Amino acid sequence: MAQIRKKKSKETPPVSTASLPDIVFMLLFFFMVTTTMREVTLLVRVKKPKATEIQKLDRKDLTTYIYLGAPRNTELYGSEPRIQLDDQLGSVGDVQSFVILKREEINEAERPKFTVSIKADIDVKMGLISDLKQELRKAQALKISYSTNPAGSPEELFKTY
Amino acid sequence: MARNKRSIPEINAGSMADIAFLLLIFFLVTTTMDVDKGLMVKLPAWSEEPPPDNNEIREKNIFVVLVNSNNQLLVEEEYMELPDLRAATKLFIDNNGDGSCEDCRGARDPKSSENPLKAIISLQNDRGTNYDMFVKVRNELLGAYTELRNELAERKFGRAYDLLNEEAQATISEVYPQFISEAEPVSVGG
Repeated sequence: MAQIRKKKSKETPPVSTASLPDIVFMLLFFFMVTTTMREVTLLVRVKKPKATEIQKLDRKDLTTYIYLGAPRNTELYGSEPRIQLDDQLGSVGDVQSFVILKREEINEAERPKFTVSIKADIDVKMGLISDLKQELRKAQALKISYSTNPAGSPEELFKTY
Repeated sequence: MARNKRSIPEINAGSMADIAFLLLIFFLVTTTMDVDKGLMVKLPAWSEEPPPDNNEIREKNIFVVLVNSNNQLLVEEEYMELPDLRAATKLFIDNNGDGSCEDCRGARDPKSSENPLKAIISLQNDRGTNYDMFVKVRNELLGAYTELRNELAERKFGRAYDLLNEEAQATISEVYPQFISEAEPVSVGG
């Protein structure tokens, strides 16, 4: 009996790494599916405001983004807040045709769900945003979303003012 | 005979994991899982004509919130701080002056709104108002409606508004529909 016991090695067997590639591939596919590449390079500085009453925008393909903020390259574009449409800086006058073009790209049945997400910097003045809103109204893009970051608590919002 | 002996050598799959890791790290780095969140707003349709002078809407049914270019609040012609706005808005919406809203628990002040269906919040801002301040005010106004709806949902169904099914949500939003108007900016000055 003693001899039999001795034959069994007491070392722990090495963990099999054969399934490692499978695990890694699984993770890989997960990230490949969920990944979204950044579509535009931001030409303006955007620090989003905070809010508590927020709703999620779940259909990215039905959403068009408009960025507002002070340009990053102040030597070239100055320091006044500007509007960025796709990859270039535009003016308020360009918004209408831009939004209409974007809406044309969407399947007709889903056009009523078309949303414009306004990603504006906290330091932008309302004058510019109101001009933008007027243009969106003219373009019949009436569903808009003021893009914000979630705030931890309502008290957090009252600090600055 | 000699040919049969030459078998195809197996491809070494040992480096498969390394390749997969490399790709995995690439996607880990480039991935951005930010979900866009924001305050949903519905704009009124554009019309060339100026809005008609609507005498049907009585003065007391309009809750005027003014934000000037110094980011100060003027609510119903009185200076107000941002933290008080939500409570004041709730009082106004829930006032139920003519008693037609059975689910309201307002003070029934004859000088304030008649019922939530007639109560309109008018948010006016200056061209010089900061976007940050505007969003905060907008947030408080939306918050007032959310709180009222939640309170009613608790009373009626014993659950928060968000947890109700669509039908129940509809009955509650019928009691408290959202009427927030964003007026075109004026230069009210500082």
